[in-house]
Amino acid sequence: MHPVVPNPETLASQACWSCLREIEKAAHFCPHCSKLQPPADSDYFTFFGLQRRLNINLDALEKEFYSLSRKVHPDLYARASAEEQRWSTDQSSLLNDAYRTLRDPIARTEYLLELEGVKLEEQSRAATDAARAQGKEKQQVVPADLLEEVFELNMQLEEARMGKKMGERDEQVEKDLSTAKDRFEAMLASSTSDLHQLWKEWDQVIATGADAEDPLRIAVRDKMVALLNRRSYVRNLVRDVNEALAA
Amino acid sequence: MTEPRIVGIDLGTTNSLVAYMEGDSPVVIPGEDGSNLVPSVVALVTGDGRENIVVGNRARKHLIETPKNAIYSVKRLMGRGIHDVQDELKLFPFRLAEPDSGELLRIRLGERTFTPPEISAYVLLQLKKNAERYFGAPVSKAVVTVPAYFNDAQRQATKDAGRIAGLDVLRLVNEPTAAALAYGLDKQKDGIVAVYDLGGGTFDISILKLHEGIFEVISTNGDTHLGGDDIDNLLISIALDDISGDLKLDLRRNGEAVQAIRNAVIDAKIALSSQVKTKLDIELPDGKRYQREITREQFEQLIEPILQRTIAPCKQALADAKIKPNDIGEVVLVGGSTRIPRVRALVKDLFQREPHIELNPDEVVALGAAVQAHILAGGSQATEDMLLLDVTPLSLGIEAMGGVVAKIIHRNSTVPASATEQFTTAVEGQTNIAIHVLQGERELAADCRSLARFDLKGIPPMPAGLPRIEVKFLIDANGILHVSAREQRSGKEAQIEVKPTYGLTDEQVEKMILDSFDFAQEDFNKRQVIEARVEADNILLALEKARKNAAWSALGGAEQQQIAQLESELKNKKAGEDYRKIRSAIDDLNGATTKLAELMMDSAVASAVKGKTMASAGTELGEGPSAPHPIAPAEFDKAGD
Repeated sequence: MHPVVPNPETLASQACWSCLREIEKAAHFCPHCSKLQPPADSDYFTFFGLQRRLNINLDALEKEFYSLSRKVHPDLYARASAEEQRWSTDQSSLLNDAYRTLRDPIARTEYLLELEGVKLEEQSRAATDAARAQGKEKQQVVPADLLEEVFELNMQLEEARMGKKMGERDEQVEKDLSTAKDRFEAMLASSTSDLHQLWKEWDQVIATGADAEDPLRIAVRDKMVALLNRRSYVRNLVRDVNEALAA
Repeated sequence: MTEPRIVGIDLGTTNSLVAYMEGDSPVVIPGEDGSNLVPSVVALVTGDGRENIVVGNRARKHLIETPKNAIYSVKRLMGRGIHDVQDELKLFPFRLAEPDSGELLRIRLGERTFTPPEISAYVLLQLKKNAERYFGAPVSKAVVTVPAYFNDAQRQATKDAGRIAGLDVLRLVNEPTAAALAYGLDKQKDGIVAVYDLGGGTFDISILKLHEGIFEVISTNGDTHLGGDDIDNLLISIALDDISGDLKLDLRRNGEAVQAIRNAVIDAKIALSSQVKTKLDIELPDGKRYQREITREQFEQLIEPILQRTIAPCKQALADAKIKPNDIGEVVLVGGSTRIPRVRALVKDLFQREPHIELNPDEVVALGAAVQAHILAGGSQATEDMLLLDVTPLSLGIEAMGGVVAKIIHRNSTVPASATEQFTTAVEGQTNIAIHVLQGERELAADCRSLARFDLKGIPPMPAGLPRIEVKFLIDANGILHVSAREQRSGKEAQIEVKPTYGLTDEQVEKMILDSFDFAQEDFNKRQVIEARVEADNILLALEKARKNAAWSALGGAEQQQIAQLESELKNKKAGEDYRKIRSAIDDLNGATTKLAELMMDSAVASAVKGKTMASAGTELGEGPSAPHPIAPAEFDKAGD
């Protein structure tokens, strides 16, 4: 885990509800009387005392998750006041939500991009699922370099669906589809390593203390958005092919 | 008074148990009949113008004698609506009353009707009484287990049952997780554990990661309507077919005969776990007999389709946990149905590992609940590092445009978990927003389980899209949903009106509590008085004996006088009806006689029991009468209302 660097969020102070002494705003516990504090309106990175970086030491994160769980879980507050019980549930859910998001590479990246003011909603899986359930094709922008390939794939998919409807199997189409699937899966894999490269770039920019207006910071951010969009597009293609191949 | 005890309860489809942490190990508390298992059977017994509710073994005989007045397997109906129990009704002799309003299920028992949580509450009340009898003190707090795959409505119904029974349910714990707790208590090792729990009516599979005392559930799956009951029903329907074919006797509507067949097939099922063949021999009406030999091989063939239904959930749980069978260190079997050799073979096949069978599969869940109760009570050295991190079994979603479900908390998220969603208005001046919350994995709302409809009210009239209502959905550590809303511009809490799709409203639960709880309290007081009087008699008798002992004259006159005064005080209070006063007089006399008790014993014994009171020293020396539990048989009288 990265060393905890003072973050503007945590610099502000407030009073402990129990002993009334001054404590950091995002503190989970009062350092003086060790009482659990009501959850602060902090983001997941701040909750774990992390900077907004994308390379995270997952072992350290897990360790911190267990250690905080041992302090905030509602089981430890079964005999406390109703108010502390509520805070423990709130703190605990924040801890769980934060851990779930940060330990997953894609969720972590998406979350960070949202913190950076990007609306990923349009491209999210939920929106895709919703469109599919309504029998509509998801309106997604096809990445330019994939246009030709996607056009061909859609023809093959259509043939496979037609064939299935007629109760026929076209071995050539199936072969083409599984070749396409392999190619798209390879694209997914390479997008993962591209993403790791962007993480590195991002962390370097953050390390320079670049603020939200910094053009470098915005440039890396936008590259990550484009990569995630492409990734989600390819992932949907793989899913379509899998569905077509599953007899 | 000692710290109130928190008990652990396994509220099962077939049997229920109550357990408690004694020292460092959990123990099951037996009922008055000495049995650890309380069959989850409730019967209404009428006679002498009175109606009694009886529970457990005492209720079981009514299943045959007066089937219309008895009910079992009510857990299958918990948190369900009238439309989703139609399949159950074909297989179980549930007699449902015409629903008075909406979806609320009511079960007919004799001339009365009860909701499923009320029936369960009677089982809980019996367990509570068993614990109180054991402790000689009231019990008001409990941890209750539920199948891991129970949805929000089923969990809420279980919590309601606790409230109706006068129990504060501090935590609902998932059954396989509880089993892992009981199992992990003496092992204390790290690794991945799979718990395969096939009970009377439910099936769960949970995969946990054990790490330095943390029991972290990684994934869970299951079927809340799959268990030993299904095996019984299959065998019954085969027997009924046989009987109607061979003997030309249609017994389908003969409740008594069906129950007799049920008992016989259950016996046969159990026998086939240890024998390779058994014989069904059932006496039927009209003096006819149904006889049939059944081999284990035939039995295994018959039940295979039922057992196969456990495989898909296991595979899904492995996939969700992102692990392979090889990664699993241990497999634990829970639930009576895992005694079937074929089940064990199937589990071994599935996980490529010999499953653990050293724990009693009927008791391990209750024992785990006791461990969790102990943790909530503050724990001890045995449990100090233990912490349970459980997950929500089903995804939570809200209905979006076009009847599609937008998932906001995914299944297998560690609980407590939360999600915040922004809502706005679609037309100018709109002051209400309706939100439909669902649980399930399917894409369309119609295929998911409706939990509740929330109505956000009192939104200030504004142009469409301008109000910003932030709604927070929180699943607590019990797996139960809470919703709160806030209008972002004003920061004001928004009003929410909740209409649960299934289950009871708070008012309904409140009304039911009063019924049974008043009565339970009165009953408890009575028993407390009886018990306190017996204790008083014990100490008075011990004192009488002590007066003849040389130690008595060794006391000073003032001490003798004080003891005599407290003695008559106790006699006085004993005649009254307030058990608290009797107990406090006992305590006073006990305190005043501590020195006497010590003097009475020779030095060797005295050093061993130093500081003990008259009553306990008497017991240890084998002088005074031992304290029995002078409690009337457990039953719930319902004076003819």
